[in-house]
Amino acid sequence: MTAKVSLYEIVIVPGGAAQHYWREIWRYRELFQVLAWRDVAIRYKQTAIGVAWAVVRPLVTMVVFTLVFSRLAKLPSDGGVPYAVMVFAAVLPWTFFSTALSDASNSLVGNANLIGKTYFPRLIVPVAAILAALVDFGIGLLILAGIMIWFGVVPGWQILFLPVVVVAVILVTLGPGLWITAVNVRYRDFRYVVPFLVQLGLYISPVGFSSAVVPEKWRLLYSVNPMVGVIDAFRWCIFGAVSPLYWPGLGLGFLVMVFGLGLGLRQFRKLEKSFADLL
Amino acid sequence: MTAAAVSDSEIAISVEGLAKSYLIGHDTHARSRDSFRDTMARSVRGLGRTALAVARGRQLVHGDSVEEFWALDGVSFEVKRGEVLGIIGRNGAGKSTLLKILSRITEPTRGRAVIRGRVASLLEVGTGFHGDLTGRENIYLNGAILGMTRAEINAKFDEIVDFAGVEKFLDTPVKRYSSGMYVRLAFAVAAHLEPEILIIDEVLAVGDVAFQRKCLGKMRNVAAAGRTVLFVSHNLPAVVDLTSRALLIEHGRVIANGPSREVVAQFLQLMQTPAGTAADLSAFRRDYRTAGYVDIESVRVNGATLGTATLEFGDALRIEVDLAVQRPVEEGIVNIVILNGQLEPITTLASVDSAFSYSLPSGRHTIHCDAGPLPLIPGDYRLTIGIGQMGRLSWDVLETLPGFCVGGGRNTAWINWPGRPGVVLFDRCDWRVADVDQAFVKAALRR
Repeated sequence: MTAKVSLYEIVIVPGGAAQHYWREIWRYRELFQVLAWRDVAIRYKQTAIGVAWAVVRPLVTMVVFTLVFSRLAKLPSDGGVPYAVMVFAAVLPWTFFSTALSDASNSLVGNANLIGKTYFPRLIVPVAAILAALVDFGIGLLILAGIMIWFGVVPGWQILFLPVVVVAVILVTLGPGLWITAVNVRYRDFRYVVPFLVQLGLYISPVGFSSAVVPEKWRLLYSVNPMVGVIDAFRWCIFGAVSPLYWPGLGLGFLVMVFGLGLGLRQFRKLEKSFADLL
Repeated sequence: MTAAAVSDSEIAISVEGLAKSYLIGHDTHARSRDSFRDTMARSVRGLGRTALAVARGRQLVHGDSVEEFWALDGVSFEVKRGEVLGIIGRNGAGKSTLLKILSRITEPTRGRAVIRGRVASLLEVGTGFHGDLTGRENIYLNGAILGMTRAEINAKFDEIVDFAGVEKFLDTPVKRYSSGMYVRLAFAVAAHLEPEILIIDEVLAVGDVAFQRKCLGKMRNVAAAGRTVLFVSHNLPAVVDLTSRALLIEHGRVIANGPSREVVAQFLQLMQTPAGTAADLSAFRRDYRTAGYVDIESVRVNGATLGTATLEFGDALRIEVDLAVQRPVEEGIVNIVILNGQLEPITTLASVDSAFSYSLPSGRHTIHCDAGPLPLIPGDYRLTIGIGQMGRLSWDVLETLPGFCVGGGRNTAWINWPGRPGVVLFDRCDWRVADVDQAFVKAALRR
């Protein structure tokens, strides 16, 4: 016998995919990297202006929001920091959230061929799509640095917490992202829900304004939207003490994030085994 | 106990009572005439069921009654380590479902399968290939999808490029490749997989003949290297050539399991039995269609179900094709090939010839083709029907359906000389002797 007898043994039974779920994902980590790399490569190869798109979009949003909320609506900025920088510091996590959410929700449908023809833990497809959106986010961070130099904003020690905020925005996106991704496979109508949600979310999240303008008695309720906590924390990292953290809101946002993550994962795993039959 | 352990390790794949069911919906009352109120009541009931299914996260089913369809119904077999097993059967017999379950793409409804060893499944060449990525990038992408590690791909990279013969185009996006190059590259990656168990579905049916021969050679090496292979194919000579044992699957069950030569012979016999009246069109459906747009539901010839119509020479031929349109379509065309009993195509009725095309909303529709008086000699005729968009999509293709029978009873031409050579009859020809008109010649000479 030339073939070496290996230790791999796969048992296929109804409902068997649910066992060893996380071990399977670990085993497919290399495919995960490759898919994330592919999503990034395609993103910049397909659009004619490529990277420029990642630069232009947040910049234009920043200019428009600064004009509308600062010049027209005369809203105050946090402790006198330049309004444009304050807006840009929120546009970044928000753009990541919206891009990642819509990319993830279409990821399974867009990879239907892959799912119908090969096995791998399906979870890695939307997660790879979400991580691919980090590249735009990275480019945005460079622009932010440029803008901060331009306006002479010097960050404090709080900037060291930026990685934590980045992880938080990924986790906040992951929950609803997984839920919509899974449901979108079965009911394609949900792809219309995402742009609507994102558009609405842009106005109910403190992107164009500081969450300090929200009346104190509504502040906790406002923080049910987990992006409020993320954006506040992001601004705190950049501007330090002038954008103070609202701890009750942050805590609530954290709970909502954990809840969303649990809900998304549960829904995804419940529907996961039927993806190949539905796509 | 020890003996059992030894024999266990010699079995690479063991499948016990594997079954898979799908739910299909039907509109049982949709055709009958009933009141608006009944229709409304049914829609409301349907809506209720939909809402319930959405809420419970269950499969949505169209129509007002639900049928369970067993694509695979209690399949059991074993494959020894190092054995090459062929799987054959008609389209829709359940072969692909079996491979999908063994590849873990979909879960079985019942039963159990145990696979011992590293598996790679190849249900398609070039899965995951992306047109915007270069040849080099696609090798890494496709390799990872097939389960190779980056180190393995690095080690085999040159060999893969060499096998495909695409050195010069490695950094060109594959969308600029010719279809031949594309397929060669895709197969080259797959051919360099080194799993202990290989599951292959019909992937040799690609590329030019020379490349196919190269692939078959590679397959033979894989088998010779002592690896276990599960091989589904419609290429019966290849099955006989490459496999020692074969399974024949029909209606989701294994109906034969033995030496490939015998099983292939049995399959050929099965295919020859006349399908008779074809109530179930799915046996004739080809899988190279783009499903999800329009399905052909039934076909009638001169009002009779398929295979039952008897026409006489000169009768007007009317073919009705019932379509189930799943999403609105535009610019649809129909091609109907009429074949004789030896499956030789006689003629093709193409809707474009009459500048006919259709744009249809979702729902059920019927297309009529009135083809005029029939010039065919008596005999049995089959139909191949394809619908789709000109040069773009094939929505549905049904091949060699039992069609109709042309009788010879009323046609004097046929009665005079039955069995004459040829396939069409022209019995109203105008025959005459056309001599030169003598009077005209005389007049011309006189002038």
